[in-house]
Amino acid sequence: MQSPTLREALAALRRAPLLTGLSAGMVALALFVAGLFGTVTHNLQVALQSVEDRVAVVAYLDDGAGPAPIDRAVADLEARDDVREVRYVSQDRALEIARAELPELAELGAGLAENPFPASLEIVLQDGGADPDAIAVVAQAAAAIPIVEDVQYGQEWVDRLHALRRLTGVAVMVIGAAFAVVGALIIGTAIRIAIFARRDEIYIMRLVGAKDAFIRRPFLLEGAFTGVVGGAAATGLTWLTYQTLHRFLEDLSWIPSTWVVGGIAAGGFFGMLASAVAVRRHLREV
Amino acid sequence: MIRFIRVTKEYASGAAIEDVSLDIGKGEFVFLTGHSGSGKTTTLKLIHLSERPTDGEVRVAGFSSIRTTPRDLWKLRRKVGLVFQDFRLLPGRTAMENVGFALEVTGSPPKAITPKAQRLLSQVGLASKSERPVEQLSGGERQRVAIARALATEPLVLLADEPTGNLDERATRGVMDLIWEINALGMAVVMATHDLELVRRYASARVMELDQGRLVYDSSGVDRAVTHTT
Ligand SMILES: Nc1ncnc2c1ncn2[C@@H]1O[C@H](COP(=O)(O)OP(=O)(O)OP(=O)(O)O)[C@@H](O)[C@H]1O
Ligand SMILES: [Mg+2]
Repeated sequence: MQSPTLREALAALRRAPLLTGLSAGMVALALFVAGLFGTVTHNLQVALQSVEDRVAVVAYLDDGAGPAPIDRAVADLEARDDVREVRYVSQDRALEIARAELPELAELGAGLAENPFPASLEIVLQDGGADPDAIAVVAQAAAAIPIVEDVQYGQEWVDRLHALRRLTGVAVMVIGAAFAVVGALIIGTAIRIAIFARRDEIYIMRLVGAKDAFIRRPFLLEGAFTGVVGGAAATGLTWLTYQTLHRFLEDLSWIPSTWVVGGIAAGGFFGMLASAVAVRRHLREV
Repeated sequence: MIRFIRVTKEYASGAAIEDVSLDIGKGEFVFLTGHSGSGKTTTLKLIHLSERPTDGEVRVAGFSSIRTTPRDLWKLRRKVGLVFQDFRLLPGRTAMENVGFALEVTGSPPKAITPKAQRLLSQVGLASKSERPVEQLSGGERQRVAIARALATEPLVLLADEPTGNLDERATRGVMDLIWEINALGMAVVMATHDLELVRRYASARVMELDQGRLVYDSSGVDRAVTHTT
């Protein structure tokens, strides 16, 4: 024999499969929109991350700097925790790069008597060190080295990039929360209807002395079930959409599995919470 | 076992019960009479705490209207069986299922439910019709199912609000005899009725009369002051 709670919840499902299915479907749609938004945000963050990974501090060196001070500067900088790698770019190499990137220079450069490009150190930061303050610290350290003439790191767009990442993070949270509320409202309404359909039974239960927790349980189960099913269906829809788009946009990446699991779990949790609110309100009225 | 201490119940429309004090002991049979609107139903509601007094205190089976929280109400409800004029059975279910439902939701072990429901239905004389949907039962039979359900939690008192109000003469007698029998087994009964014929027929019962929310007559008080009667 099944537990009475489970049986009541299943009976409710059997009695009103349309209601449960419909609300799960609506929850799925709401969470699907959240899933699409999550996909976009995730990919935006991936893109921004790869740009940030390329953020480097460039320290231009005195033309007269000898090999020994340069080696020492490289060693000093690489010893830092926030620096991953330091690459030395000689004057010749700088000219080569410039020629490769700008063909016009190739012709022009042939006539140059003197190499106009300074030697430099490209300082690559550790992962996650690309926030403006961390960069500024490294830049200052580099500037303090005697053979370093000038330090550049595109301060302005590092700031902007950082702000953009923060903004998308906040946006995904706000929109995610908004759709979670929409889902919870849908489930709450469905549970209210389910409670209404069973109001006679609830009345009798209270009269003969069933515990409130006992009355509440099947509805909580139903709410959680609706939320989880909605969340899973939303994941499926998002996945299908992702697969379709992936054919055209190969770089598109799938949202992290923690987001998926978190989304479905949140669906179940909010479903249960919405049911709890609906049942509590009803029990207070009877 | 039931005690009202200067109980007043006010609704927005006015006082339904006003300054009522009473005492009902274990195993008593009490008729609660009075005109329509005199406060009989309200008194029964106060006893099972579906209404709380606006003033005074109701004490039932060790539970106080002042201290019992909504969370603990189920404990009181299991000590108080309820029967109504309109039966309030769950439609679409058999007699058996209606009684079994009460057992199940009050935590009877699943295996014990069927035999116990069967026994309760035999007690009210419905063993042979236990598998019938309640819609296919007569009024008297439905009231018997409701009584069986009320007995499911083995309460200390049965509260009946006009239990014969929808029944014909024969069915009324049957249901009354059943309730009388249950009382003889030791369960207190408080029955609201305005059927004075009924009250006269069961003359050994205690009678309380309400008028406009006040307790204006109590036969046990009269007994004690028998010299005052003419
Ligand atoms: N929920 C309520 N809200 C407001 N007033 C109420 C409510 N319930 C009862 N009353 C009023 O309280 C008074 C007593 O009502 P009650 O139902 O106790 O009477 P009664 O003796 O059971 O009457 P009847 O014999 O018709 O069943 C009436 O005046 C009624 O209008
Ligand atoms: Mg009444």
